[in-house]
Amino acid sequence: MKKLNKIESSAVPLPIENVDTDQIIPARFLKATDREGFGENLFRDWRFKADGTPLPDFVLNQETYSGEILLAGTNFGCGSSREHAAWALADYGFRVIVSSYFADIFRGNALNNGILPIQVEEEILQKLLAATSNNPQTSFRVNLEEQVLEAPELGIKVDFAIDDYKKMCLLNGYDDIDFLLSKKDEIQAFEKSRSH
Amino acid sequence: MSKTLFDKVWDAHVVDSVPNGPQILYIDKHLIHEVTSPQAFAELEQRGIPLYRPQQVVATADHNVPTLNQHLPIKDALSRKQVDLLSKNCENHGVTLYGLGHPYQGIVHVMAPELGITQPGMTMVCGDSHTSTHGAFGSIAFGIGTSQVAMVFASQCLLLNKPKKMRIKVDGDLNQGVTPKDVILYIIAQLGTNSGTGYFVEYAGSVFEQMSMEGRMTVCNMSIEMGARGGMIAPDQTTFDYVQGREFAPKGEEWEKKLAYWKSLPTEEGAEFDQEYSFDAADIEPMITYGTNPGMGIPLSGTIPDSGDQNFEKALNYMGFNPGQSLVDHPIDYVFIGSCTNSRIEDFRQAAAVVKGRQKSPAITAWIVPGSQQVAKQIKEEGLQDIFEAAGFAIRQSGCSACLGMNEDKIPSGAYCVSTSNRNFEGRQGQGARTLLASPLLAAQTAIEGKLTVINSLEPAL
Repeated sequence: MKKLNKIESSAVPLPIENVDTDQIIPARFLKATDREGFGENLFRDWRFKADGTPLPDFVLNQETYSGEILLAGTNFGCGSSREHAAWALADYGFRVIVSSYFADIFRGNALNNGILPIQVEEEILQKLLAATSNNPQTSFRVNLEEQVLEAPELGIKVDFAIDDYKKMCLLNGYDDIDFLLSKKDEIQAFEKSRSH
Repeated sequence: MSKTLFDKVWDAHVVDSVPNGPQILYIDKHLIHEVTSPQAFAELEQRGIPLYRPQQVVATADHNVPTLNQHLPIKDALSRKQVDLLSKNCENHGVTLYGLGHPYQGIVHVMAPELGITQPGMTMVCGDSHTSTHGAFGSIAFGIGTSQVAMVFASQCLLLNKPKKMRIKVDGDLNQGVTPKDVILYIIAQLGTNSGTGYFVEYAGSVFEQMSMEGRMTVCNMSIEMGARGGMIAPDQTTFDYVQGREFAPKGEEWEKKLAYWKSLPTEEGAEFDQEYSFDAADIEPMITYGTNPGMGIPLSGTIPDSGDQNFEKALNYMGFNPGQSLVDHPIDYVFIGSCTNSRIEDFRQAAAVVKGRQKSPAITAWIVPGSQQVAKQIKEEGLQDIFEAAGFAIRQSGCSACLGMNEDKIPSGAYCVSTSNRNFEGRQGQGARTLLASPLLAAQTAIEGKLTVINSLEPAL
């Protein structure tokens, strides 16, 4: 897994609420058997017409907006558990997603793919969305070590929560498999101890 | 201290806790299918890790399979490759596969319960968000991502923070024509699509106590549609009667031992929840959704609400509906009765009771997609297939089908589909498709009438 600590970038605003993983990557693209290349179909049906021509109103088709940070409406990533959604966002180049609420499974999938989900108050999210929509160059600083999200031009600096274990994994690029394999003895002891 | 059903099952599976971090939760059963497992098998192989407990993994092919001519090679090259890879992976790693053509093949959340693989008190996972279905048996069951599929392959465990606990009680008697699907659509419409995020839900009260296992599965299935990781219902005699005698259910002395344990699982008097809601069964009417998330539901007798919100407008615009509009008499193009929510035998019995002796409207394309080969066999044996075919419904073979349109079963752009599935997201059933979620009863009635009509205009034989 790719390490993550400090990110300095502009952001892409997506002020839509309840973005489900079917929108992030539609089911017809789930037939792949590897993890690569999902970025080209990220938000496929919002981004392109059925014939493949780009829809100019969608934010990813507007050259003024770019960056490694996605600002998204509340309850981002709801619906299907497909990790392909996290793969598509990572493959496209997003490393941080800021929202006022994340769906549980998506949050886990993001963290397992080196994407940092940052949850902020709705009021803060709205300020960030408005500022970025007005000025696409608005800059952001993310510091995972210190658990701080900052938008210096807006005078906004907020702390965010992440559990110590997941923070350590992201900072070092570790995944859960290494950790779980190191616990094999405990797992076997547990299996032997079970009465039912 | 009094414990909840959820606490009892969770705590019995904790191997260890990481200080200031997650717990290591042991997983009893791991269900896999062709779409979310290939990258996990690849991960094991790349890292040279063996599959730790292959006998605790069960596989089937469901998401991607055709529902016509399943005896022939799959036409779509990518689908075929994915299904073939599942067979190869299962063979290489010693996993039991009920693949296409096997009498046990079916939608993973239909075939596992009917085989007795799903049992009370278990922890179960699958790379599919509707794994919450199995909570109907009093198990902790939830959907996971593919990285987590690989973790369970490697260690039979997951690292998780214990979710909070919510209880939703519905007491009283359900009105005529109100099915378990209406109950869960009502709850989601009342609470909203993210009300359950961070929670595991226990459904309690007389409505769930009186519900069949099929009905309980429909309810728990849609827990994820309010954001909850899973839903559970306390195991009782209905549960035990359903499990007993099934292929992989415990037998003899083992059965007695398990039964005694299962009976100890229900939530104790005075146990505390982080959040509780109560509803009156009498308030629930047959439901229909009008928007692009499952929380956007109304009683069919009602009207679409108004909201100045731009997200709400976007949804209505996609659906071609207006605030204040009634959906009664709205013409419909497709009816889909299937999916892990409503493709069990009881669902088809209900639908057949409405259809019997009638003809579907010529305006409607109606698909019946059984959830498993066993359900398909039962439909035939009970004479339901004859009823549907005589009425002009197309009977397909088992799979996820038009619920997510990964195979050929897609709803065309702009068309309206009354669907017994679980998601009405934009494009879920095909690009531009407009989905209205409903019960099998209302779906069957819609196929006959060619439009949405209030449920008491035909007599449901519940």
